[in-house]
Amino acid sequence: MAETVTLKIRRYHPEKASEPYWQSYEVPLRREWMILDGLNYIKDHLDGTLSYRWACRMGVCGSCGMMVDGEPVLTCATYLEKLLPGPIRVEPLRGFPVIRDLVGDLDDFIGKLNKVKPWIIRREEEEKDPAEGEYLQTPQQLEEFKRYSMCINCMLCYAACPIYELEPHFLGPAAIALAQRYNMDSRDQGAIERMKELSQDEGIWACTFVGECSEVCPKDVDPAGAIQRYKLTAALEWYKSLLLPWRKQ
Amino acid sequence: MNPDYKLYHPKWYRRRIPIFWWLQRLAYTKFIFRELTSLGVLYAAILILVQVWALSQGEAFYERWLAWLSWRPVLALHALVFLALIFHLVTWFSLAPKAMVVRLGSWRVPDRVLLLAHYLAWLGATALVFWGLKGR
Amino acid sequence: MSRRRCNEPFFWSLFSSGGMISALILPGLVFFLWIATPLGWWQSPSYADLVMLLENPLLRAGLFIVISLSAVHWGHRFRFTLYDGLQLSHLYGLIATVCYGGAALIVCIAAYVLWSFA
Repeated sequence: MAETVTLKIRRYHPEKASEPYWQSYEVPLRREWMILDGLNYIKDHLDGTLSYRWACRMGVCGSCGMMVDGEPVLTCATYLEKLLPGPIRVEPLRGFPVIRDLVGDLDDFIGKLNKVKPWIIRREEEEKDPAEGEYLQTPQQLEEFKRYSMCINCMLCYAACPIYELEPHFLGPAAIALAQRYNMDSRDQGAIERMKELSQDEGIWACTFVGECSEVCPKDVDPAGAIQRYKLTAALEWYKSLLLPWRKQ
Repeated sequence: MNPDYKLYHPKWYRRRIPIFWWLQRLAYTKFIFRELTSLGVLYAAILILVQVWALSQGEAFYERWLAWLSWRPVLALHALVFLALIFHLVTWFSLAPKAMVVRLGSWRVPDRVLLLAHYLAWLGATALVFWGLKGR
Repeated sequence: MSRRRCNEPFFWSLFSSGGMISALILPGLVFFLWIATPLGWWQSPSYADLVMLLENPLLRAGLFIVISLSAVHWGHRFRFTLYDGLQLSHLYGLIATVCYGGAALIVCIAAYVLWSFA
């Protein structure tokens, strides 16, 4: 096995130049090393000016998402060895404005996530008093939404979704999947409220089921499936609201 | 130092999306081809209509229509349209089960079973078309 | 703040049904009518056979549904293909008119041809 591998990093220093540029580094090639270990090596020994995000280094925090050889991956979960012979291209996550080097601005996602109200909504008169105990849920009820609750907000799905990059107002896979996580939760009563935000041109209807979001998701959340199912729900609701306008929500 | 750089208003970089972004990744190329099969669907729908109209114009006209259908370039085109329709069918059936949640009691019907059901429905429809059209 | 009702669900539902119907019916039709018949691969129906088939109003109604839904399926899908594939979403008015207008035209022509089939 070779001693080192080349990491070709997409740098962006707005104070130096208006366009990003490539910079290559030689990083030790160790069998257990991930891309993230390579980046940390660069930062510690070669070039301290490299900026990037990471935290848990074990695939649960969702901080270290980047484009590696054109694919959105968690850099803490991608072996250097798997990408030989190199040079391995590392770029910031696609679809988000780049602040510096490998750091993207994720405010757009956070704003959209907030728009879909990712929390349990209950009608005021049906709020359970804490003294009454917990809301009970059967295993089947949990199965309904458990998959969608696995989302770690890593935004690899946003990087994989061509529509997100093309349509700046598109809510995006994770936001819709998380909305579904709450819609399908038996304790939640906010489905109608969320539908106002989701069933819009820039909500679910911008999605053309490319399906790449589900392919790259490290937690197998299947946002594509969540969106398509919701399209069916929303379409039925649209017809019902048109043909049966007297119906109580 | 970048002359365009403003100290408290640094510019965040957004790349310009290339016009052929979908050629840069196989998954995207397959997606665009999948979407373009809708042109095959359109062609088939229009031409069926034209065939019905040709039938209404008398037997002599219909003979000319059949002759046109047998013309090599037209036959080649229709073979392509047929392939496009098959691609549409295969991709549509592979995606449809993801959009539907079918339950028998509390058992959720797995995607593979739904996929099989789709193909069986297609075979049934094709058999119907065959028996319906077959010359006596 | 109440938002204007989004009408995409209507077009999407037609697109969806059109996709299913075109996938089920069109490949068989295309194969038997335009590949097997010209190539003589089967006992193809004669002119009289087909005219007799089409005299059945139910069959014509069925054909109308297949053709119309397939056309709307194309309209909706192609609209998004143009938006995303060629990045023309700023021309949304023109594209919607061409796609849905074209589909509507085909629906009207289909209705006329199939209704007046003598």
